[in-house]
Amino acid sequence: MTSRARWAGVLRTPVGAAAAVLLGAVLLLAVLAPLLWGGRADEVDTAHILAPASAEHWAGTDNLGRDIFFRVLVATRTSVRLALLATAVGVAVGLLLGTLPLLLGPRLGRLVTAAVNIAVAFPGLLLALSFAVIFGAGASGAVPAIGLAIAPAFARLTQTLAASVAGRDFVAAARIAGVGRVRVLLRHVLPNIAEPLLVNATMAAGGSLLAFAGLSFLGLGVQAPDYDWGRLLGEGLNGIYLNPAAALVPGVAVVLAGLAFNLVGEAAAKAVGPRTATAGGRKRATDDARPTPTPTPTPTTAVPVRPQQSAQADALLIVEDLKVSFGPVTPVRGVGFTLGRGEAVGIVGESGSGKSLTALAVAQLIERPGRIEARRLELLGDDLLRTPPRARPRLLGTSLAMVFQDPMTSFNPVQRVGRQLAEVAEQHLGHRRGPALARAVDRLRAVRIPGAARRARQFPHEFSGGMRQRAMIGMGLMGEPKLIIADEPTTALDVTVQRQVLALLADVRAADDVAVLLISHDLGVVEQVCDRVLVMYAGRIVEDLPVARLRDGARHPYTRALLGAVPDLATDRDQPLVVIPGRPADPAAPTPGCAFAPRCPLADDHCKRADPALIEDGSGGRVACWHAEQRPEPAPAAATEGEGR
Amino acid sequence: MAPPFSPAVVRADRVDRVALCGRTKTGRAAGGQDLITEPDDVTEAMPVTSTTASAPGFAHLLGNPWLRFAARRLGRLLVSVWVLVTGAFLMIHLIPGDPVRAALGNTAPVELVEARREALGLNDPLWQQYADYLRHLVGGDFGTSMLSGLPVSEVIGDRLPATAELAVLAFALAVLASIPLGLAMAVLTRGGRRKPVELAFTSGSVLLAVVPEFLVAVGLVYVFSVELGWAPVAMRQGPSSYVLPVLALAVGPASILARIVRVETLAVLQAEYIRTARAKRLPDRRVYLRHALPNALTATITVGGLLLGGMVAGTVLAENVFAWPGLGSTIVGSILAKDYPVVQGVVLVYGLGVLLVNLVVDVALALLDPRSTIRES
Repeated sequence: MTSRARWAGVLRTPVGAAAAVLLGAVLLLAVLAPLLWGGRADEVDTAHILAPASAEHWAGTDNLGRDIFFRVLVATRTSVRLALLATAVGVAVGLLLGTLPLLLGPRLGRLVTAAVNIAVAFPGLLLALSFAVIFGAGASGAVPAIGLAIAPAFARLTQTLAASVAGRDFVAAARIAGVGRVRVLLRHVLPNIAEPLLVNATMAAGGSLLAFAGLSFLGLGVQAPDYDWGRLLGEGLNGIYLNPAAALVPGVAVVLAGLAFNLVGEAAAKAVGPRTATAGGRKRATDDARPTPTPTPTPTTAVPVRPQQSAQADALLIVEDLKVSFGPVTPVRGVGFTLGRGEAVGIVGESGSGKSLTALAVAQLIERPGRIEARRLELLGDDLLRTPPRARPRLLGTSLAMVFQDPMTSFNPVQRVGRQLAEVAEQHLGHRRGPALARAVDRLRAVRIPGAARRARQFPHEFSGGMRQRAMIGMGLMGEPKLIIADEPTTALDVTVQRQVLALLADVRAADDVAVLLISHDLGVVEQVCDRVLVMYAGRIVEDLPVARLRDGARHPYTRALLGAVPDLATDRDQPLVVIPGRPADPAAPTPGCAFAPRCPLADDHCKRADPALIEDGSGGRVACWHAEQRPEPAPAAATEGEGR
Repeated sequence: MAPPFSPAVVRADRVDRVALCGRTKTGRAAGGQDLITEPDDVTEAMPVTSTTASAPGFAHLLGNPWLRFAARRLGRLLVSVWVLVTGAFLMIHLIPGDPVRAALGNTAPVELVEARREALGLNDPLWQQYADYLRHLVGGDFGTSMLSGLPVSEVIGDRLPATAELAVLAFALAVLASIPLGLAMAVLTRGGRRKPVELAFTSGSVLLAVVPEFLVAVGLVYVFSVELGWAPVAMRQGPSSYVLPVLALAVGPASILARIVRVETLAVLQAEYIRTARAKRLPDRRVYLRHALPNALTATITVGGLLLGGMVAGTVLAENVFAWPGLGSTIVGSILAKDYPVVQGVVLVYGLGVLLVNLVVDVALALLDPRSTIRES
C-alpha cells in the first residue's frame, strides 16, 4: 500500500473522517473568524456588562460588555497559531536532539541520549513553567517555553525510531559503502521514520494547544488586550456562578480543537502501521487456526467415523466426531480415536492439519470464538461435554497434564517456579501452602531437576529451556495424571535436550501407567515414544496405525509422503530434499472430495468427488483412502516447490 | 499536566520498551558477565560461575542483581538531582537583562537594586555563586523571597503540605481506580466479546484523557458546585473541599492508565502462560488476579509510569482553579511577580517530587518483575 493510499484510508474510518472534518473546521475558523467577526468581538457595550447568556449574547458578555461567544470564535486564530508555532519549535528541537546521536557517533551520542532521558523524566508542565520564567510571561515567551517542553519527548521518539532504522541492513550497507553520516540520516533514516514522526507531531500539536490554554489560563501565556481560549477561560472562571457559559464555551472550544488534532493523529497512527498500533495482536494462542471470513458450507457428506471396537472397556479417552470451528471455518472436521490406559499415541501432520487444536479441544482449552462439537468426548468415563463445568476442574486439573511447545513462554515470568507447581496442589488437592511447596520440590526432583529445593525458589528465566520443559512435566505430575497431552514438547529444544525430555516422558509413562498423547510434526520423535500414530490431514485423521508398521505398512499416500520427506543417513545429499508437492489444504476452503487429492499421485476423479471414510483395515489400523490397497512404486518426484517440512 | 503532553510520551515509551529489549540482548552479549545465564544444567553452568568467582570480591558484589540495580538507580537519581539543581541555578542566570531590576521595576532606585544584587550574591563570579548555591542548598537554605523577605524554605514549608495532600490522594485514586477498571474491561471484552462495552470504554477514556485537568476541574465546578451545590467551589476547608480537586487531577491519568491496563491485560491473556494456568484448571479469578494482573501491571508501569510523575506538576493547574493554598498557586504568582528565588525553590521541590515518584515507580517495577532488575544495564 502506498503512503498516500494509507493516509486516504484514515479518512475512510468513521473516527478518522469525523476528526478530519473537525480539524478542517477548526483551521477554517482560524482563518475566517477574525475577518468575519473581529469587529463584533471587540465591540464594547457598557450597557451590558457581565450579562449572562441570552438570545442576543449566546455566551454572555465580559466586563466590558463584549460578546464572549464571538470572542471565542475569533480567539481560534490566536490559539491555533500559537499552538502550531510551539509545536514547530518543539518538533525542530526534538528532531535535532533525536538525530544528534546518529550524527555525533556513539560516544557523544550516548551523552545526548542520557540528557534527553533525564529531561523526559520531568513533566512537560514543569519544564514549560521553568522556561516561562526565563522567557518571561506573554505569548512570545510561552511559545518557546512550550516548544522546549515538548521537545524531549519528541527527541526520544525520534531517537528510538532512528535507532531501529539505523540498525537495519540497508543502512549498514550504505555506511559500508562510505556514505557520510549526514547523508545516511537524510537519505536513509529520516524518510523511513517520517510517517510515525508526522503522526506524533499532529498529536503534539493537540497537546500544545491544550498546554497553551493552560499557560494562558494561569496568566503566563497570552496577555491582555490579546486573548486566546485559555485567557477567556480564566476570565470566565471568576464569574462562573453568574455566567457559567463564559467559562464553559471556551473550555468546549479547547477540548474540541484538542480532540481534532489528537484523533486525526490516532487515526493516522492506526493507518500508518503496526509500529504505533496497540499491543493487541501478539501471537495467537492457537496457531493452527486461521479464522478467515470466507463463508463455506460445512461438508454435508457426513463421514461415518467408525469408533474402534477394541479396548472400549478400559478406554481412558474416547473421542468421536470431534469438530472445532472458528466462525465459518472448521479446522478440525470430525476426528475420532480412543486411547487406552498407559497407551502412547502420536498425532502427526503438517502445520495447520488441526493436530494442536485436537489436543486443545480434548483438554477443553479452546477459547471463544472457537467452538467444540463432538458426538462423544469422555475422559476416565466422565463425559466432558455434559459434565457441569464446576465439577470439571478437579478431574481435568489432576488427571490430565499438559506440556506445551515453547517452554520459554509457558511459565508465568513473574512467579517462582515452585509456586507455579504448588498452586495445583493447593487448588485441587486441598494442600496448604507449605505441603504444596514440599510436593512441588518433590516433583521437580522426580523430573530430575538438580538442586530442586533451590530451583523451586527461582524464576523461570533462571531455568534453561530443557529444564523448563521438565519442570512443565513436573507440574503435570503434581496431581495424579492418567493422561499427558504433550503439544510439540521438543520442537523448541535442541537435539540432546530433546532426547532427555522424551526419555523423561517415557519414564513417567512406564512408572505410573500414564497415557501420552504426543502431538508432533516429527515422525522420528513419534516413533521413539509412541505405540500408535494418528496421521492428520486437513482436520481429519487419514490413517491410524501401530508405530511398528509405520515404516513399511503405511497405506495412505500422505503418510508415505511424510515418511519419504524425512531425510536419513542414506539420503543422497546430491539430490534436493524431497518435499510433498503442492500446498497444505486451506481449512477455509474445503473441497468436497478427499482433501489430499490435489497433492496425491494416486488421485482420480472419484477422489475429487467423494471423501473417503476412515475404515478399519482388520489388522488394528484405520485408513481413509480410496486407493489404500494400491501400492505404487515409491517414486515421489523431488519437487522443489511447496512447503513440506 | 498529564493529558496535554502525554500522548507523545506514552508512545515514545512504548516504542522505547521494544528498543530496550533489543538493546538488552546485545548489551548482555557484549557485557560478557552474564548472570541470567541459562545454565542448561549444573554442569554447563559451572564455567560461568568459575569465571565470576575468579574475579575478586567486588565483582561478586556486582554479581547480585539487586545490588547492581540499587547502584545503577541511585546513580541515575544523583545525576538527575544534580541536573535539576543546576537547571534551577541557571534558570535565573539565563533570564535576559537584570532579574533584580525586572523584579523591582523600572522605578526602583539604583542603590536599592545594587544592594539587592549584592545581597543575592549576583555580583560574584558565576562559579562562586554556583558553589554558594550548592552549599546553601545542602544546609537547607533556599534563599529569600525578593518581595516578602521571608526565607523561601518557610514559604515552601507553609505551602507544601496542601500540595502533597492533593498529589498523594490523586495519585492513589488514579492507581486504585484504573487497575480494577482496566482489568475488568479487559476480561469483559477479551476475544471480541461485548463490542458495545468496548466502544463505550475506549471512546470515553480517550475523551477524558484528552481533556486537561484544568478543564475537567472547570467542568466539575460547574456541575457539582454551581448546578448541584454539593461541593465548595474553591479553597481548602474540610474534607468535602478535597473531592473536586482530587477528582480533577486524577480523572485524566486514571483513564489513560485504565486504557493501558486493558490493552496490556488483553495482550497478557493471549500469552502461553495464561493457557498453562488454564490447563491447571485454576478458577478464573485466580487466573486473572495471580497470573494476568502482575504481568499486565509491569507492562502498564513501564508504559504509564511517567504519567504519575506528571501528576505532581498537574497540581499547579488544579490548584489554580480551586484557589488551593499550595505550591502551585505560589509558583504562578511568583513567576508573574518575578520573585525568582521563590520560583527557583518551588521548581526544585516539584522536580524532587517528580524524581521521587519515578524512583517509587522503578522500585515497584523491580519488585513486580524480577527480570527488570537485571534488564537495562
